[in-house]
Amino acid sequence: MLELKNITFSADDGGKAADIIRGIDLIIPDDKFIVITGPNGGGKSTLAKIIAGIVKPTEGRLIFNGTDITDMSITERARAGIGFAFQQPVRFKGLTVLDLLRIAAGKNLSVSDACAYLSEVGLCAKDYIRREVNASLSGGELKRIEIATVMARDVKLAVFDEPEAGIDLWSFNNLIRIFENMRKADTDRTVVVISHQERLLKIADEIVVLSDGKLIKQGPADEILPEIMSSNYAQTICPKIEE
Amino acid sequence: MLKMDAVQKQLLQEVAELHDIPEGAYNLRANGESVGRNSTANIEIISKTDVSGIDIKIKDGTKNESVHIPVVLSESGLKETVYNDFYVGENCDVLIVAGCGIDNCGTQDSEHDGVHRFFVGKNSKVRYVEKHYGSGEGTGKRVLNPVTEVYMEEGSTVDMEMVQIKGVDSTDRKTVAELKAGAKLNVRERLMTHGEQQALSTYQVSLNGDGSSADVVSRSVARDNSYQKLDLCVNGNAACSGHTECDSIIMDNGRILAVPSLEANSVDAALVHEAAIGKIAGEQLIKLMTLGLTEAEAEEQIINGFLK
Repeated sequence: MLELKNITFSADDGGKAADIIRGIDLIIPDDKFIVITGPNGGGKSTLAKIIAGIVKPTEGRLIFNGTDITDMSITERARAGIGFAFQQPVRFKGLTVLDLLRIAAGKNLSVSDACAYLSEVGLCAKDYIRREVNASLSGGELKRIEIATVMARDVKLAVFDEPEAGIDLWSFNNLIRIFENMRKADTDRTVVVISHQERLLKIADEIVVLSDGKLIKQGPADEILPEIMSSNYAQTICPKIEE
Repeated sequence: MLKMDAVQKQLLQEVAELHDIPEGAYNLRANGESVGRNSTANIEIISKTDVSGIDIKIKDGTKNESVHIPVVLSESGLKETVYNDFYVGENCDVLIVAGCGIDNCGTQDSEHDGVHRFFVGKNSKVRYVEKHYGSGEGTGKRVLNPVTEVYMEEGSTVDMEMVQIKGVDSTDRKTVAELKAGAKLNVRERLMTHGEQQALSTYQVSLNGDGSSADVVSRSVARDNSYQKLDLCVNGNAACSGHTECDSIIMDNGRILAVPSLEANSVDAALVHEAAIGKIAGEQLIKLMTLGLTEAEAEEQIINGFLK
């Protein structure tokens, strides 16, 4: 379980303090699929980065399975079982997909095990395993490799920051399938996805709505979704495709 | 193996990945003298009589054979210039592994300057691997100044892998290549400097024949207070295609001057150059840290991958 207590984050905006996150209290229970949604600029991605340790909160504490992780580094949090998938995956000259999966797994993963993770994210493994994680890969391919690196880790809590951002419609449909499978998978992993996408909101156990740095709503998807369906928080990727 | 001590064997492993006597033709040079040599039916190694060095003569049609000519120096204060000429016949397909390892535990500078000339016959394919490595705790410098000249006949291909990753205090590398019609040169240089090291690397590639092509790519890392100058020049003198690329990472107080240059002397020459220098991107470090690596481990992984 992850507990956020009065999490606050202010950034320096030309000499003035801009409040990005304003005193959020939130409990993320174990073994749930949670989608955090809300308007752009509402603080969703910042909150995800605060959980991973990439951004330090100005105030508040984070308690992960009974341990106060507020002062832990990114590395320490990763080793404590927190995974994070970037909104914009990072490229590496020279590092191959296999290298990255091996680093993620923390062991000399066999090629067949590495291929299994790639297959899970819908990539034909043999075409990708030796590829460099560089600019030759498309946005959709990078996104899926990014997700595979989180899946290759034995994490208790996996945070995905807007997995649908910057990918094409075909990749989007595949991406949804990955998350649907993750939802069905019999693991005790808690999944937190930052997203506006209706199809991801529909498969959530719980939905959290953030706006203007504050927690507006939190509850079971079947309660929250009807309330936000007509808002910008729940978007369809493309009305024609949805039909 | 032969008359080599543990330090020399370690150097040999670093520069030529040899644990034992190589198969095929070889010439092993340690502390200024040949300590082992083997010629084969197709590859003959002969000592030069006028200067220090060897001639390697590879017969026409020699395929799937290799030549190893590693050099190791473990005596402090030794300075030598060695001239090795490779005469590769026509329609060959061979692997040539050279390289030099210097271990200097003393106070005097040790230096090996290898001058390698390649005369590559028509339609032959050569893969050339050259690794340079230095070790030893002494204050004496480890100096390597290799000169490589490549003369390529019609339709020949040379793939060169030039690696200097560790321990060489000062290096001035010069590589010259001249290509006739249809010849193809691929160079992959990997360079890492640290401490107070200085490395200069100059390439002058002349594409003289129609249909010739060159792809010269250098990846380098400059750490600590080291300095590198990379000067990669391709001259297009015919209907040819050429590409040079310097891609570098700087760390600490490292400094790099990258000078990729092109000269087109034919309207049909298609030449491209690229250069990029920068520190390791913060987001790369953060990504690997979210996978459980420390910052130092992440840095090592990024550099190892970059120089792989």
